[in-house]
Amino acid sequence: MADAVLFEFLHTEMVAELWARDPDPGPGGQKMNLSVLEGMGFRVGQALGERLPREMLAFREELDVLKFLCKDLWVAVFQKQMDSLRTNHQGTYVLQDNSFPLLIRMASGLQYLEEAPKFLAFTCGLLRGTLSTLGVKSLVTASVAALPTCKFQVVIQKS
Amino acid sequence: MAVCVAVIAKENYPLYIRSVPTENELKFHYMVHTSLDVVDEKISAMGKALVDQRELYLGLLYPTEDYKVYGYVTNSRVKFVMVVDSSNTALRDNEIRSMFRKLHNSYTDVMCNPFYNPGDRIQSRTFDSMVTSMMIQVC
Repeated sequence: MADAVLFEFLHTEMVAELWARDPDPGPGGQKMNLSVLEGMGFRVGQALGERLPREMLAFREELDVLKFLCKDLWVAVFQKQMDSLRTNHQGTYVLQDNSFPLLIRMASGLQYLEEAPKFLAFTCGLLRGTLSTLGVKSLVTASVAALPTCKFQVVIQKS
Repeated sequence: MAVCVAVIAKENYPLYIRSVPTENELKFHYMVHTSLDVVDEKISAMGKALVDQRELYLGLLYPTEDYKVYGYVTNSRVKFVMVVDSSNTALRDNEIRSMFRKLHNSYTDVMCNPFYNPGDRIQSRTFDSMVTSMMIQVC
């Protein structure tokens, strides 16, 4: 039970440390911090994408990979499953989490809406990294309408 | 006991290849390279056939007069190829599977190492010693 909390604290500190050190409050510095967080999440996602599906059978199609993300990956990292997965069948998937563990401690509603993206960057990278190990090139963005509900939009890049 | 072990990345370049040093190494490299075609064929066959079971272990890829080549593919499309001596009587399928499982576990550990960049050659000593334990003791 204590394991989940350890990651939450570490994540909070990561965000706080990056923002405390940065003297440039303008949009440029902000973007760099977000990409640093996303990059970290990407590397972690790559490793998780290798370790988690180990005993599973090979994935048959893209939808299986997304389902794996929503169930196994989310349970492994956040101890709960993703609440909903929607797709337009043309390469865009929207994953919705109604009580995202990294946001749930902050507020319930519209307070702190501007700060929320900082806490979602790592998770976007995590999704992108896991997808990339499993062979799917994608672009992941996150949006928050009201804490703690958040949506991750995954757009598959066809190369 | 394997004679040659190779780990090949998704883009079909080798991440790690090691063979018993007495033999002409180039021959083994060539065998691994040709076996990649067979692996790709099996993977695409798996995709098209409406089979429920999709296994990671590919089994015997092709036998030559001296050697047998076995294959295994992970969910991240990283391939493991193992060449064993044919004269080494009946290495059971289970043993080959367990060797591949050990390889997969070690590869996962390498991947989780923060100093390793995915796509580089594998230089981990732990991985090396695990492979050595699987290969024939010649000298």
